[in-house]
Amino acid sequence: MAKILILGAGISGHTAARYLDRWLGKEHQIVVVSPNARWNWIPSNIWVGVGQMTEEDVTFDLAQVYGKTNVDFRQARALSIHPEGEGGNHDPFATIEYTLPGKEGTIERVSYDYLINATGPKLNFGATEGLGPDHGHTVSVCTASHATEANKKLQEIVDALKRGERKTLVIGTGHGTCTCQGAAFEYIYNVDYILREAGVRDMARIVWISNEYELGDFGMGGVHIERGGYVTNGKTFAESLMVERNIEWIVRAHVKKVEAGKIHYETLDGQFHELEFDFSMLIPPFAGVGLKAINAAGEDITSQVFAPSGFMKVDADYAPRPYAEWSAEDWPKTYQNPTYRNLFAIGIAFAPPHLISKPMQSANGTPINPAPPRTGMPSAKMAIAVAESIRDMVRGAKAPTQTASMARMGAACIASTGSHPLRGTAVTMTVFPVVPDYERYPMYGRDLNLTFGEIGLAGHWMKSLLHHTFIYQAKMQPGWWLLPD
Amino acid sequence: MTKIANKEPYQQAYYPPVPTAWTRFMRTCFLWQAVRFLVINVKMLKLMRNSH
Repeated sequence: MAKILILGAGISGHTAARYLDRWLGKEHQIVVVSPNARWNWIPSNIWVGVGQMTEEDVTFDLAQVYGKTNVDFRQARALSIHPEGEGGNHDPFATIEYTLPGKEGTIERVSYDYLINATGPKLNFGATEGLGPDHGHTVSVCTASHATEANKKLQEIVDALKRGERKTLVIGTGHGTCTCQGAAFEYIYNVDYILREAGVRDMARIVWISNEYELGDFGMGGVHIERGGYVTNGKTFAESLMVERNIEWIVRAHVKKVEAGKIHYETLDGQFHELEFDFSMLIPPFAGVGLKAINAAGEDITSQVFAPSGFMKVDADYAPRPYAEWSAEDWPKTYQNPTYRNLFAIGIAFAPPHLISKPMQSANGTPINPAPPRTGMPSAKMAIAVAESIRDMVRGAKAPTQTASMARMGAACIASTGSHPLRGTAVTMTVFPVVPDYERYPMYGRDLNLTFGEIGLAGHWMKSLLHHTFIYQAKMQPGWWLLPD
Repeated sequence: MTKIANKEPYQQAYYPPVPTAWTRFMRTCFLWQAVRFLVINVKMLKLMRNSH
């Protein structure tokens, strides 16, 4: 009997667990370790952050769902992996520390035959002084509880606006190397929508600030789409959305420090600026969760297994090269660790070979470029591919049988710009492939037949439909495997 | 008398395209959006078919 250990139960980890349980659960052991008791459909957190949904609407109890399956769920955080075992015992294992109430702090060893690292990111608020809801002056929508807190502060601003006070709201990214601009992009439009619905939009100044070179970059180097007889860059549409809603924007910005009511930032031209605010939601940069790797002799081999960012090395080409020599082939295909063949990393947990957007740094040497996105649809695709590979390896295959390169897959993104069944809108965007491939598509790096974007009520319906569909699927309700991931 | 606008220095908002009233209407026109909903679904299915 094989034992498969999955670290993390977010979108990628839980997807892998669902499929492995379906394929192998009856004959083999599947253990899921997550420090969180509840699963979170993160794309809907932006609606929690403006009070249109609650935490209950976007989360559910993991133990309850896994209780219906053969998955052994342990509410704990992973501390270290020991891929060679320890001393003379060559059985690999991971150490975990329980976060389950009543068992907090208990350390346990969990052995494995195959390990999937799906630990997601550490929200690295500490990278920018004064950033974040816990020790800083900004709010976040990265978790459901953060979004609840953000909404509480937003409603205080709405009340102040109703009293006739003028307020400045700043939304975007809180560091020069952030990814996940899409979440901030959705949030700013939903805040705008909420203020309009409350009849106080004219009292508020709303400002976007991000590390993108141009609006609409999203860490993917932007997109080109065919529209109105032209091939047009997404920047045009992103700027149009801002102008239409009277939102100002600042790009090419690295937020250096946040004080109460004041953001200090540096721009790509090397200049330093200040921006005063009354309410600010800034996405933090991501880092690995800090897993250690230890060899049989007890030596720390973290730097061999993980990149300096803390994300796990997989079958990508990590050789440092100038931008002109980057290739779609650099991106991982099987997500298997090159040293330890029973280790895999998926979702945000794998180390990308390099950026997707062009690398930039300010005149002062500060990197100001978005990190590559690897959330949502791509993370589910790589989870399924790795689950299939492990299923086949358990059944005798010598190597991974499936691939899911971000340079060979598309992604769909639906960004809400206001939630209402008849007046709401959302931007629907698809890109193929996620990582531009300039050898196959020399001009724009992408297939323009499969890359498109539009805004409208239909997008809002799609986003609502996906919210309910994916939560139904994640809860493993009857027939969940028939639904697309 | 028509109010004279845009006499200030060029602003950030001066350059990007702004949707016309017709474009804005179509974005929330129920019938048109029902059609677009079907089109978006087809496009997404096509995308998924092409992704492995």
